[in-house]
Amino acid sequence: MSFEVPDDRKYLESHEWVDDADDTARVGISDFAQDELGDVVFVELPSEGDELSAGDEFGVVESIKAVSDLYSPVNGTVTAVNDALEDQPELVNEDPFGEGWMMEVELADDSGLDELLSAEEYREQIE
Amino acid sequence: MTLRKPPLRDVHAAEGATFTEFGGWDMPVEFDSIKVEHRAVREEAGIFDVSHMGQIEVSGPDADELMQRLTTNDVSELGHGDSHYSMIPDEEGTVLDDTVVYRLPADHDAEFLFVPNAGHDEQMHQRWTDHRDEWDLDATVHNATDEYCMYAIQGPDAPDLVNSATDDSVLDISKFEGEYAEFAGADCWTARTGYTGEDGFEIIVPTDDAEAVWDCFDCQPCGLGARDTLRMEQGFLLSGQDFDAEDNPRNPYEAGVGWTVKLDTEFVGRDALEQAKEEGVEEEFVGIKLVDRGVPRHGYDVTDTDDHVIGEVTSGTMSPTLGEPIALGYVPTDSSDPGTVVRVVVRGQSKKAKIASTPFLNDDQ
Repeated sequence: MSFEVPDDRKYLESHEWVDDADDTARVGISDFAQDELGDVVFVELPSEGDELSAGDEFGVVESIKAVSDLYSPVNGTVTAVNDALEDQPELVNEDPFGEGWMMEVELADDSGLDELLSAEEYREQIE
Repeated sequence: MTLRKPPLRDVHAAEGATFTEFGGWDMPVEFDSIKVEHRAVREEAGIFDVSHMGQIEVSGPDADELMQRLTTNDVSELGHGDSHYSMIPDEEGTVLDDTVVYRLPADHDAEFLFVPNAGHDEQMHQRWTDHRDEWDLDATVHNATDEYCMYAIQGPDAPDLVNSATDDSVLDISKFEGEYAEFAGADCWTARTGYTGEDGFEIIVPTDDAEAVWDCFDCQPCGLGARDTLRMEQGFLLSGQDFDAEDNPRNPYEAGVGWTVKLDTEFVGRDALEQAKEEGVEEEFVGIKLVDRGVPRHGYDVTDTDDHVIGEVTSGTMSPTLGEPIALGYVPTDSSDPGTVVRVVVRGQSKKAKIASTPFLNDDQ
């Protein structure tokens, strides 16, 4: 089975992605991660204004069969969370890199971004 | 420990199934998605490989007495081809396992077939032979688990689907009855039983014919994940999880299956259960619905509204049919009435919940 791994994202080994094209970075989980979890039924997200450091737990995603912590790939302040996941957690399965995004973070600094995996490196990890 | 494998393990893997360890077996947990499989069984039909279930055959002149004395239900009520749900208790009345007991057709070699849960077949075979010897009964006990596969075809379309796969007529088999029917040339015990709350059949297939018979049924293949969510919506017990002789010992009255106990028969544990019934139970197995968002899971605390722990979730999930979080577990009898407000502690957070009647699907509160 092959999984989508967009080149314009960076990745954590724990399967979160970050899109840092702008000063506000968007964060979610990968196609591989949603497939491993199976049907996502509940997503717990941080509050707007929460301060996160790279590696911090920022929430929890639960499928019917598993509970998984979510880790922040970046340092910064949460500026938005995807409220649609409250009623439609299945968006994480259907469109993990798009409609299934989880939070937006205003970056405090760039530290740590270079340590994230490139799409190519992440692809190697999940193969 | 080497896991036991269902004969079609590699066939399921080729179909894209993922696997999990369950009761010492390496079983398919998911073929497509638990939601898709669950919905197929509620609305159409699905097929499960449940070859991890044990098959113990009991025959001989004293087969009736041996079955009667080791199970709570009354086997004298079973005619040939009939079956019932029953408990296997110990001396104290603690449930060791739950099972379905079939009295096979008169022309069959074995008188009884009973189906213990995954990983309990050797224990029950031992229990039956030990008691046979102790009581000096003339009966043969045979563990046939590795000689058969067991498939469950379940869902509103399952009866027609099974009927169209055989030249024998299975539609006139009533609930909890069985007959031998031929699928792909193989003679299979075909019983109108199951554990999903839907109509359907469980068929027991000689291992040599495993694949040919599996291929007879053109419907959604389903894994243990969907089997679990389906039985939870019905409020059905899972052995080893909702009761366990070691970790969570329960008698049938606590577990909500007192109706399977026939105190007018003689069986191991009868006196203890008569006493338990007279004294009444302190805790009861109930359904719980979360009002707040969250997913209840095995081992989570149930508290009263003052945050005192009063019980424990033994099974829980997000109900695929209802789209609501549901749980099963034990609470004190004074908190067990449907509608009672309780709380469930989900990963450190107290969530509002209420006791609900089961099956959850019939709960109109």
